[in-house]
Amino acid sequence: MWSLIQVELYKIFRRPRTYIAFGAVAALIVVIQLGLKIDGNSYAAFLMKDINDTLTVDGKVLNGYLICYILLQLLLVHVPLLVALIAADMLSGEANLGTLRLLFSTPFSRTQWVLAKFIAASVYTILLLIWLAFLALFVSMWVFGTDDLFLMKSNYVVLIEQKDVLWRYVGAFVFASFSLLTVTSLGFLMSSMAGNSIGPIVGTMSAIVFFTILSTLNIPLFTIIKPYLFTTHMNNWKEFFDIKVNASNEAITGSILNIPKIKTSLIVLTLHIILFVTASIMIMKKKDILS
Amino acid sequence: MSVIKVQHISKHFGNLKAVDDLSFEVQAGQVFGFLGQNGSGKSTTIRMLLSLIHPSSGSIEIFGKSIEKNRAAILEQVGAIIERPDLYPYLNAKEHLQLFAKVRKQKIPAGAIDATLEKVGLFHRAKDKVQTFSLGMKQRLGIAIALVHNPSLIILDEPTNGLDPQGIAAIRTLIKQLAKEEGKTVFVSSHLLSEIEQVADQILIIHQGKKIIEGVTKDLLDPQRRIVQIKTMDDEGTLQVIVAGSFSNYLLPRREGIFLKIPTYEIPLLNETLVKAGVALLAIETKNSLEDYFLQITSNA
Repeated sequence: MWSLIQVELYKIFRRPRTYIAFGAVAALIVVIQLGLKIDGNSYAAFLMKDINDTLTVDGKVLNGYLICYILLQLLLVHVPLLVALIAADMLSGEANLGTLRLLFSTPFSRTQWVLAKFIAASVYTILLLIWLAFLALFVSMWVFGTDDLFLMKSNYVVLIEQKDVLWRYVGAFVFASFSLLTVTSLGFLMSSMAGNSIGPIVGTMSAIVFFTILSTLNIPLFTIIKPYLFTTHMNNWKEFFDIKVNASNEAITGSILNIPKIKTSLIVLTLHIILFVTASIMIMKKKDILS
Repeated sequence: MSVIKVQHISKHFGNLKAVDDLSFEVQAGQVFGFLGQNGSGKSTTIRMLLSLIHPSSGSIEIFGKSIEKNRAAILEQVGAIIERPDLYPYLNAKEHLQLFAKVRKQKIPAGAIDATLEKVGLFHRAKDKVQTFSLGMKQRLGIAIALVHNPSLIILDEPTNGLDPQGIAAIRTLIKQLAKEEGKTVFVSSHLLSEIEQVADQILIIHQGKKIIEGVTKDLLDPQRRIVQIKTMDDEGTLQVIVAGSFSNYLLPRREGIFLKIPTYEIPLLNETLVKAGVALLAIETKNSLEDYFLQITSNA
């Protein structure tokens, strides 16, 4: 099995297409960082305009931690589309190329091949996330410096002490890896049902857009199914940045406001991953390889 | 000893019968020629041998074991190319062999990769990406992938497609060498009888998924035995006369018309028997070669 994973990783990282996502993430982050570096103060003033009369904020608001938060808000919605480019191509791309029959006539079972391909696609997804984390967090910390994290929520503000921030990002990135692995497994499922790459890539993207819309609609009918949709839970990495307060309304260092919500989301996402991968295996086991 | 034993396999795709009740055996050390037109069911059969397609009915045994139940153990000893040589355009020839050597459970000895590239005449292009290869070179690389793990059974689906005359001759020599010098069993398919008859010990012709004829090549091509087609007004009655006259051993599987593979000296006797029995004979046509028969049978059906 290990040799199959090695082979699949080798193929992924020898393909020029693989690096498109890494390049796109780097380009976007650098452009946003550059923009904020040049005109960050205006942006910070815009953010603070509603509370300037009631609150005085000292220190560096536009620091590396806030930049990272802004970047994650922007990018974690779109990175799934980049993940789909590779994940949705893993099986259908080989079917289209005609190489699937070569792989499936080796002495390894289809289940082993599908799992090896899923693990390889997952490694790609995690590496992309690590790349994003490195650029969004560490480069921002280096360029903009660090200070307390000041976040404007819809009807309240959150102030997290500088020493209490980094572990929250670790948690947020671990959570995001589950979200992106759900997308990987969805792309994989689409890939197992098709004989070319375009269909599954478009299908995965469409499914994400479709379920995201359902997740955000506040219509009673959809409210019933919302808790079971993976898109409802994908953005709950933000829960790591909601903090408990004591009776004096002071933030409790090291606390998270809603841990059960994070746990529930992780369970729902994990169940989706298991469901999508199992379905992919079942489909590929029964499939006649005609390509 | 049978290396491949296929019993009554059929494969349906909806209403289409791609393979219809096909049975055959391939003996160890034999070059088995699997002949048929494009779309006759050759590749579907080969995919079933490799467990890429599940048969609708029937059974396949390779090395005496069911492919369904012993897939991994069987495929460890099988090397195959199927139809077009589809490869990874962004990898070079050597990387392909390294990659496919890695997905074998047995250890591939150091040097086997270079030796295999040498064997198919691609050693000098080992470091070139496949996207720069001609169809013939891809075909040779496909054969190298099938051979790199030194399998006992080699399945080659149309291995000379896209090759120039020199390349075709080289593959022919390689097939003979694999069987005669290395004792391997080779199952080779083609739509060209002229290709198959030069290398195969045994030939099976398939058409529209059904077996048309099977036999030892030298018998099928024996100049002392001719293929004749009997044209009459009453095929059923004529067949009864042929069977009663002890010519039934020479009958070939029937599509349209009656064909026999019969020693030349018995043709007058056959004629006499039919005339005496009052068969309204239109003609007894002698076919010049197995190819004539192949073309006739496949164009009739």
